[in-house]
Amino acid sequence: MKDSYKARKYVIISIIMLMGFIFVVRLFFLQIVDNEYKLSAENNVLRYVVQYPARGLIYDRSDNLLVYNEAAYDLLIVPKQLKDFDTTELCQLLDIEKHELIENILKARKYSYYKPSIFLEQITSENYGRLQEKLYKFNGFYVQKRTLRKYPYKNAAHILGYVGEVNQNEIKKDKYYKQGDYIGKSGIEKSYEKELRGKKGLKIRLVDVFNRIKGSYKDGRFDTLAEAGKNLQISLDIELQQYGEMLMKNKKGSIVAIEPASGEILALVSTPSYDPNLLIGRVRSENYKKLSKDSLQPLFNRATMAQYPPGSTFKLINALIGLEENVLTRNTKYSCNGLNTKPIGCSHDHFSPLKLISAIELSCNPYFWNVFKSIIENPKYSNTKEAYDNWRKYVKSFNIGEKFNTDISNQTKGFIPLDTYYNKYYGKNHWKALTIRSLAIGQGEILLSPLQLANTAAIIANSGFYYPPHFFKTIDDENELKPEFVKKVNTIFKKKHFKTIIEGMFQVYEGEHGTARWFKNDSIQICGKTGTSQNPHGENHSIFIAFAPKDNPRIAISVVVENSGSGAKWAAPIATLMIEKYLFGEVKPNWFEENIINTNLLGN
Amino acid sequence: MRKRKGIFINIDRLSVLLYFTLVFIGWINIYAAVFNEEHQNIFDFSQNYGKQLIWIISSVILALIILMIDIKFFSSFSYIIYLLSMFSLVVVLMLGKEIAGSKSWFQIGSFALQPAEFAKFATCLAIAKYLSVIDRKMQTLKTKVFAFLILLLPAGLILLQNDTGSALVYFSFILVLYREGLSGSFLIFGGIIAVLFLLTLWLGILYAIGIVLAICLFLLLLIKRKRNNIFTLIVVFLIAGGFILSVDYTFENILEKHQKTRINVLIGKETDIRGAGYNVHQSKIAIGSGGLTGKGFLKGTQTKYNFVPEQSTDFIFCTIGEEWGFAGSSLVVALFSALLIRLIIMAERQKSKFSRIYGYGVCSILFFHFIINIGMTIGIAPVIGIPLPFISYGGSSLWAFTILLFIFIRQDASRGELL
Repeated sequence: MKDSYKARKYVIISIIMLMGFIFVVRLFFLQIVDNEYKLSAENNVLRYVVQYPARGLIYDRSDNLLVYNEAAYDLLIVPKQLKDFDTTELCQLLDIEKHELIENILKARKYSYYKPSIFLEQITSENYGRLQEKLYKFNGFYVQKRTLRKYPYKNAAHILGYVGEVNQNEIKKDKYYKQGDYIGKSGIEKSYEKELRGKKGLKIRLVDVFNRIKGSYKDGRFDTLAEAGKNLQISLDIELQQYGEMLMKNKKGSIVAIEPASGEILALVSTPSYDPNLLIGRVRSENYKKLSKDSLQPLFNRATMAQYPPGSTFKLINALIGLEENVLTRNTKYSCNGLNTKPIGCSHDHFSPLKLISAIELSCNPYFWNVFKSIIENPKYSNTKEAYDNWRKYVKSFNIGEKFNTDISNQTKGFIPLDTYYNKYYGKNHWKALTIRSLAIGQGEILLSPLQLANTAAIIANSGFYYPPHFFKTIDDENELKPEFVKKVNTIFKKKHFKTIIEGMFQVYEGEHGTARWFKNDSIQICGKTGTSQNPHGENHSIFIAFAPKDNPRIAISVVVENSGSGAKWAAPIATLMIEKYLFGEVKPNWFEENIINTNLLGN
Repeated sequence: MRKRKGIFINIDRLSVLLYFTLVFIGWINIYAAVFNEEHQNIFDFSQNYGKQLIWIISSVILALIILMIDIKFFSSFSYIIYLLSMFSLVVVLMLGKEIAGSKSWFQIGSFALQPAEFAKFATCLAIAKYLSVIDRKMQTLKTKVFAFLILLLPAGLILLQNDTGSALVYFSFILVLYREGLSGSFLIFGGIIAVLFLLTLWLGILYAIGIVLAICLFLLLLIKRKRNNIFTLIVVFLIAGGFILSVDYTFENILEKHQKTRINVLIGKETDIRGAGYNVHQSKIAIGSGGLTGKGFLKGTQTKYNFVPEQSTDFIFCTIGEEWGFAGSSLVVALFSALLIRLIIMAERQKSKFSRIYGYGVCSILFFHFIINIGMTIGIAPVIGIPLPFISYGGSSLWAFTILLFIFIRQDASRGELL
């Protein structure tokens, strides 16, 4: 039989071979040439699971634990995996309203059907305990562990600061952070963020199409472990801090206590304060709102952020300048006519004339006006501006008008006017010592923060030098690695001049007319100076600076009690109690402690 | 002439070897596709690969039975088999179980059979029987009409089951008809239609007509400008234009939305990787991520973690591509091509016209499955759910393809016998 179409087999064979060839070429491009598919495959299956490190712990100078971590649990949801469940039961377990539940589910759905998103943040451990047993009933819900900061002492809120979720700015500034990470927002938590945060780890996991974890990628070869944050010891004495907060209860103001020899801050009280535990977890935003609306401004760290006219405490600085400029000696006498003295009256009548030490003891206004006048009108200088600039230079040596470049996160600079400031007010060459006479007694334009006041006390205690106040003590016991800011700063005053000043401050307690003589403590030689800061906000601020013991001082302190009267009334006894507490660990019964603790100066 | 003394005498060893190779490749890749830690035993009969082993063993038994059957049986009973098969297609329409939108399954207990799979070899037998009658000429209109009817009957019935993929398989018989004398213009015509179809959808009516016009004008310059030639060209142009318009009309007004989307995704007009294009996209990712030598047996992540749908049936080629890479996937392409070409060589050596036509039928059916299934997974053919012969998981298809192939091998074994 003739088959005339036999040759057509070649056509058909050709078609088959052509298709095979097309497939091989296509596969070649797909599998070898084009890399896009390999990347897509990785995106499909690889999930990067961040491992959060434990944040570093914070201890005080006696190794009392101030901040630790407590486990908290985020409830995650994968909307795709939800099955019918008892909504009432879940609401009860989580302490939420039903509408919240619905809203949160809708929010998660909007984000993704397959990827897990946070349904409820930071469930308390009690709620978690109850939930865990019943979680099997709720398909599509998962729990993810997190850590929360916990503060066993309810004190030192302003010092420790708080931790919160990063914002866009912070993410932009530091690529380490991702949305949802936590960062120290203020206080020590902020200053030592880098040390405390540790290092996040990364686990690479394989997931299936439903985002279920199936195993680790290449046996974890590319996983990194989280490194725990470093533990930090700060200079704070938590017992002293607690005592200070108790004394300042129901008062507006602050206490700053420094170890003069090192600049270490022993206590830094700002009241009204708040329990740091209020600003953690799910309750944070609500409490934060409440606190920020409080008219007493509990969130405001008065100790470092507030600034006050230093009042009579500033006389010590003027005296030092006078001594340094040789316009004043310890024997210089000026007379005082009491309340009616011109141009500045004294606060009370006393013997006259008097020498420098008595003037400090009594806090005589006219005496220090004369000192100030002799400084500004010093014939050594051709004009007032020159003399003023010189005076200002001495004041600046106390770091007034500057922040301390240390680990204290929020500070005010304080204020000391430039000559141009007065030029603007009075016109150039139209002002002289008399015009700015308030400065003689720490009034007028000059402003200091309580921290600067305490540092002033420390400088005098050290007879002319200071270590910038700081909290740093050790990090993970690497004692030798002190930060750069822990270095001695010398003022431009000669050591010998401080002797006279210290003598005067000692008389404030010991002298017959001493302004703090009522609080004299038989077992400690305390040097102090009262200040009564006039201010436009009402009654005078009660201010006191002090250090003790007189020889080899171990504590320098400043106390400000806002709108409460003279320095001797509140600030002086509080400072005295703090000193005793620090030096002896306890306060012997006395006539004023109980009264201070029980007095409410906020009442109005 | 001499009769065969044993069932293995004269069987074509190469095609049987290729068959077993492909079946084996299929089995281990089904294992890989559904592999998980809890079911590691490849003989676990609760899993697809365990079941596939049962299908393989039973297929071998079927093949042995077929090899024992007398060669006369197939040509004598081909119409009866065909009619029985068409009957089963009608019955399944009435009594069948609907699975995934297609009413094409007989369910007997946990055992499901798909009559459409068996209709392929039945139709193949019938067309071979019809065309092998002495002096039957492909050129006559009557022959063409009857041949097309034999093919369109099962295609239509399967289309009624809503199983478009299996219905389209019958178009592959155009190769058989071509081999038996159908004018080559049918083949060329089919090719041109496909090109015009794509042009229209790709570029729109205006451009498509413009291109056809340009080609016609170009041809006008080349040919002798006789009246007849010009007339022919004008007719061709008008037909082409009409076709373009009708394609556009059909596409816009007759096709369902999901069908339109699938075509649009295929020709690259839409990139809907979450919707219609999802399967193809994931399939390409799986195959593309295989690289030169693949991720290794059981190491595939895309298929194992279910990113690729139906990874043990229609998309089994993804597992091969991902785990065995370019080397493995092109080997499978090569093995298939070798089997297809081997079948043509075998068909051509048949003395009996019936056997030759049947052989071409087997080749055509396998070829169509091969290009559509693999073409679909690598994104150059539309997503039409038909299995990859011998490799995809599934009892009905493995049985049907085994029967299809071994009926031919049986006939080939007797090629030396006198009719």
